[in-house]
Amino acid sequence: MRVVIAEDLFLLRDGLIRLLEAYGFEVAAAVDNGADFLAAVRAGPPDVAVVDVRLPPTFTDEGLRAALRARDEVPGLPILVLSQYVEQLYARELLADGAGAVGYLLKDRVLDGAQFTDAVKRVADGGTAMDPEVIARLLARNAAEGPLARLSPREREVLGLMAEGRSNTAIAARLVVTERAVAKHTAAIFTKLDLQQSDDDNRRVLAVLAYLGQ
Amino acid sequence: MIWKQIPLSLVRALGFFGLLLAGVALFAVVTGPVVLAALGLGRLIDLLLIAHRGPGGGGDVSRDMLATVAGLICCRFVLPVALLAIRRLAMLTRRLMERWCGVPIASAYRPRPVGPGRLGYQRRMSWLLGDPGTWRDLLWLVVNATAGLVLLLLPAVLTGLGVVVFLQPLLSDRPHVMFAIGLAFVAAGLGTAPLLLRGYADLARLVLAPSEEAKLELRVRHLAQTRRETLDTGAAELRPVVQVAMGLTLDAAGRLIDTDPAAARALLIEARDASARALAELRDLVRGIHPPVLADRGLADAVRALALDSPLRARVTGSLDGRPPAPVESAAYFAVSELLANVAKHAGANGAEVDLRHSSGSLRISVSDDGDGGADPSRGTGLAGVGRRLAAFDGVLVVSSPAGGPTLVTMEVPCALS
Repeated sequence: MRVVIAEDLFLLRDGLIRLLEAYGFEVAAAVDNGADFLAAVRAGPPDVAVVDVRLPPTFTDEGLRAALRARDEVPGLPILVLSQYVEQLYARELLADGAGAVGYLLKDRVLDGAQFTDAVKRVADGGTAMDPEVIARLLARNAAEGPLARLSPREREVLGLMAEGRSNTAIAARLVVTERAVAKHTAAIFTKLDLQQSDDDNRRVLAVLAYLGQ
Repeated sequence: MIWKQIPLSLVRALGFFGLLLAGVALFAVVTGPVVLAALGLGRLIDLLLIAHRGPGGGGDVSRDMLATVAGLICCRFVLPVALLAIRRLAMLTRRLMERWCGVPIASAYRPRPVGPGRLGYQRRMSWLLGDPGTWRDLLWLVVNATAGLVLLLLPAVLTGLGVVVFLQPLLSDRPHVMFAIGLAFVAAGLGTAPLLLRGYADLARLVLAPSEEAKLELRVRHLAQTRRETLDTGAAELRPVVQVAMGLTLDAAGRLIDTDPAAARALLIEARDASARALAELRDLVRGIHPPVLADRGLADAVRALALDSPLRARVTGSLDGRPPAPVESAAYFAVSELLANVAKHAGANGAEVDLRHSSGSLRISVSDDGDGGADPSRGTGLAGVGRRLAAFDGVLVVSSPAGGPTLVTMEVPCALS
């Protein structure tokens, strides 16, 4: 799986390369600014890109802008954005095109190599990997209206874990219930959100998008 | 005591007189080029008009041209230096007033604008000329050269006159009277010296002390800066602490890895969790002081992010074509943040709406909600606090909240966008 990395801190960039290569990824390019990232994507879209929000020269949201630009040029390009902070505003901007294949994680998550590379793979496969902090803030809002209001609190919790990118097995372990129970919840979620029978992965993504875009 | 005071006063008056002369010289340096350039320009225009009217006019055009150019060149290179020198002189005067006369005079200058490299001429001049402190200093030079001069020299002149009169008796036929008059002059001169010096100091304070407004402005700038610095040092201090702790844990893990791999593994996981916790703490600290979206995108998007984080259904309308000065931006952000929190807590509202725009030199932000109304800034501390903080920027907060709602809070802060 080919990866392009855009990260300006040498140590973190180096660490990401080692980590991803150790887990069998092929690092096609590792750059330290937005312009070079766009050039690398244009030279040959990778299977997934890992981009830091804060990049030179402005050190504001240069990386996010470059990521959105890349998605514009290569629709559906899987991108995982890393940041020192997570902001719902930025999460929404990343998800706005409705194509999925988006990750938005705190940099801290890199510390857990196995979980992080899992997230990269999920994003490459078209799924989402939203940081638990984004989800926690979403859960703090009372979803008083829209289709999400029809979900029970437990179903909303399951949906939040789905948005983080967890599999049914992982959700079951987290909530200390059986996988069958989780499957029942997800089926209920799909029905309540009017998601027709289709490939399960796709419905997961759509449910998550509905949830994050509320 | 008084015997010690009098000669000291005279010496100090002499010192101030020296400063006065330096001030006069600098004043000439500042006004000279400006006057020269203006006069030269005026003459040139004059000549052009005459020439336009027909022959017979004219004059030494090259001389006026030279005056104008010389004046402008002096303005370009000498003016900023001279203005800064005047500032130094005023600072020295303030210091000496405190040390010699016991009259402390506060100073309040705007800090030098920060930027990469040297300041350009334009920014430098607008910094200097835009500062009321500069004009206070110039006014002092004028006052000092007139009223100040009288106060400083009166004792010396009186004493001098007295000595002259005193010496007259040697030639005169009525020595006692002249003796008496001479002595009276000397006594008056010496006796009033400390008093007049005190008066001089009071005069200086009157002119040189900054207005309350200028002091407040400086204080706000100072607070904004120290807050940022606190944050930076806070972040900088947290890091080494975390690194040392991590280093120790990793060291222990390294020693254990052969003998007790399980314990080493536990230590490594502990180190990882500790660093994750430290990062989370740091993030919360930063978010409370220096919100990331505000730094990245400015006020409008930062308010949008606030609306997203609010438990209410909050809508944001309007936009800004630039960014207000950082302290205003930050004050406005935290004001909106507090208002939205207030609405969520007290108003019993479902939805809120924030509108922000900049028109006729003011940033206007309104926060409205569909709650129960009845918000009263004179009772609740929240609204009054927001109002007070905006007042530091000459901002106002108006609340309209009839019982039963809706509530509309409007804030207005004069500022320019950049």
